[in-house]
Amino acid sequence: MALPKYTETHYRIWHYIYLAICSFVFFFLIAPLFVIFPLSFNAEEFLSFSEGMKRLDPDAFSLRWYNDMIYGTKNPWGLAAKNSFFIAIFATLGSVLLGTVAALGLSSRHMPYKGIIMATLISPMIVPLIISGVAIFFFMAKVGLAATHTGIILAHIVLGTPFVVITVTATLSGFDHSVTRAAASLGSNPVNTFMKITLPLILPGVISGGLFAFVTSFDEVVVVLFLAGLDNTTIPIQMWTGLREQLSPTILAVATCLIILSTLILVTAELLRRRSERIRGINR
Amino acid sequence: MSSETQKILTTDGIPLEESLKKAEKKNKIKAFLLVAPLLLFILITYVFPIGDMLFRSVDDRMVTNMLPKTFKAMEKWDGKEMPPEEVFEAFYLDYKILVKEKRHGKLSTQMNYEKNGFKSILKKLARKQKKFKEGNYKEQIMAVHKRWANVEYWRAIKRRAPEYTYSKYLKGIDMYKNEDGKIVQVPEDRRVHKILWLRTLEVALFVTIFCFLMGYPIAHLLATLPMKYSNLLMICVLLPFWTSLLVRTASWMILLQQQGVINDFFVLTGLVSDDNRPEMMYNKTGTYVAMTQILLPFMVLPLYSVMKTISPSLMRAGKSLGGTPFIAFWKVYFPLTIPGIGAGCLLVFILAIGYYITPALVGGASGTLISNQIAFHMKSTLDWSFASAMGLMLLTGVLVVYWIYNKLVGIDNIKLG
Repeated sequence: MALPKYTETHYRIWHYIYLAICSFVFFFLIAPLFVIFPLSFNAEEFLSFSEGMKRLDPDAFSLRWYNDMIYGTKNPWGLAAKNSFFIAIFATLGSVLLGTVAALGLSSRHMPYKGIIMATLISPMIVPLIISGVAIFFFMAKVGLAATHTGIILAHIVLGTPFVVITVTATLSGFDHSVTRAAASLGSNPVNTFMKITLPLILPGVISGGLFAFVTSFDEVVVVLFLAGLDNTTIPIQMWTGLREQLSPTILAVATCLIILSTLILVTAELLRRRSERIRGINR
Repeated sequence: MSSETQKILTTDGIPLEESLKKAEKKNKIKAFLLVAPLLLFILITYVFPIGDMLFRSVDDRMVTNMLPKTFKAMEKWDGKEMPPEEVFEAFYLDYKILVKEKRHGKLSTQMNYEKNGFKSILKKLARKQKKFKEGNYKEQIMAVHKRWANVEYWRAIKRRAPEYTYSKYLKGIDMYKNEDGKIVQVPEDRRVHKILWLRTLEVALFVTIFCFLMGYPIAHLLATLPMKYSNLLMICVLLPFWTSLLVRTASWMILLQQQGVINDFFVLTGLVSDDNRPEMMYNKTGTYVAMTQILLPFMVLPLYSVMKTISPSLMRAGKSLGGTPFIAFWKVYFPLTIPGIGAGCLLVFILAIGYYITPALVGGASGTLISNQIAFHMKSTLDWSFASAMGLMLLTGVLVVYWIYNKLVGIDNIKLG
């Protein structure tokens, strides 16, 4: 950002201070993530940079913690990863299905009591997680679903749907309803209209809501801590126990994998957002 | 206007007004049916369980049902001196059934919440009562342990007679109902919850302020830079946003620990000596630093989305009308960003006030918050009704914040990225 030539000196100084502050904040935001990266390749069992690493000695680096993550004896990560993906995928499907259908209803101008119903539907996002955890635990214990995959999936659907509802209603707010009327006037039934006209147009919103729901479920630890038994352990739970007991470099290897996963999700979400903006732009 | 002859009819002969109403009703039902599955699901698995929490937090029928005869006999006792023989007899009969059904353990846990020292004397009574002779139970029970001859303990039992109680809420703010039925504070050295509430509020407030101070400049930069640079810098905000909370907490644990990267750096630059490394984790500093970084994206995103809509020509106009850049910023730009500030601060504050994972990992004893206490009672002491009461108090606080926000800024201004 170049300053105009006539800028006075003290504003010029102020401008550079401002840029310095911004650089510091960006560094503060992103640097912690990059510490994990090199340390996960540490050949030793310490969580700080060894002398060898500082000299960039190749012997100081190794893949032993990745090896331990995948093949380590009695290691929980395999089961945890399987459970995490299983739970997150089903929770996402459930959230997307329920959330999209509800968003269609909520976007209709005929919807009665819109305000209060919307508030109820997005309340799981607003209420502190610890309270949601307690409440959902009481319910699951009562119906006998505590310590089951089903129970955790249902809990994550509760936590994930608000994101789907919000993103899909946002997409629908720029939706031109005359296209569905046009389809109807051409003899299409509502289901066909939805599948062929509405869904393709709102798909970016649906997918980005689904991504939110997936990440919510995949990262979620508070509610799972209450609900999970030994068989339902997930990656966040294993990380939580690992971080509480002893920080082993294996956790850093897992963390690195998770950062790569989140980078992929970020790229997908960004591409979708741009696509959705483009589609909405055309409609306007 | 409404005279019979002027009514417009549809082709079916039905008045148009009626026909439209019918169509409207049909549309309403259609829209509602679409929302119904999710609404029902959320109501059953989420809203009602929160109602259940409310019920649990005041429900005290367990004790009431365990000692039915005792409480009946106690109705006539004024609670001033030792209860009469009938109370002792009723208590003996109730307790005998409980021991027989092996439910007396629950009673002793419950009574110990009420008054310390109940557990041991109830245990002793459970053993001794098998050899009790008929008649004169007062003396026999009092002979089991000297505390049974202390009227305080009998008053404690009487206090548990009602089916519903708000004692858990009192406990949550370090108050209790004393022997005279007055609500008083617990002794100074046992006021743990008050400290926790205040600390939670303090941490949430300061984290919100830090996030605002750090988030505002970068949101401004992101909104004013040309697209190709800002998209690149946006990654710095979005990557942490999408990264697992535990990963980010782990990285802070590596950075902040005594042998960690930041301390190594301090020693290397000679800021501190090697044997005098500052403690930056397991205290409030750790909680502040980690929570600020973790919640910062929630401040930046709403601010950015508001700032993006402010035309740069407004600042130029302000300057051309004679304002210095500072005045132009303060009088023109800043007021326009208030909805964004409101949304960001609300989001960060609400998330911070219910935070659990990060304080538990980097907070240590002096950095734990109210949520940690709730989790502790859920998982360790199993005093679920107390955990429910604390949770609902926290929820009330959150709802009050929402209400204030709605009054000041309007809830509709919230945007998700």
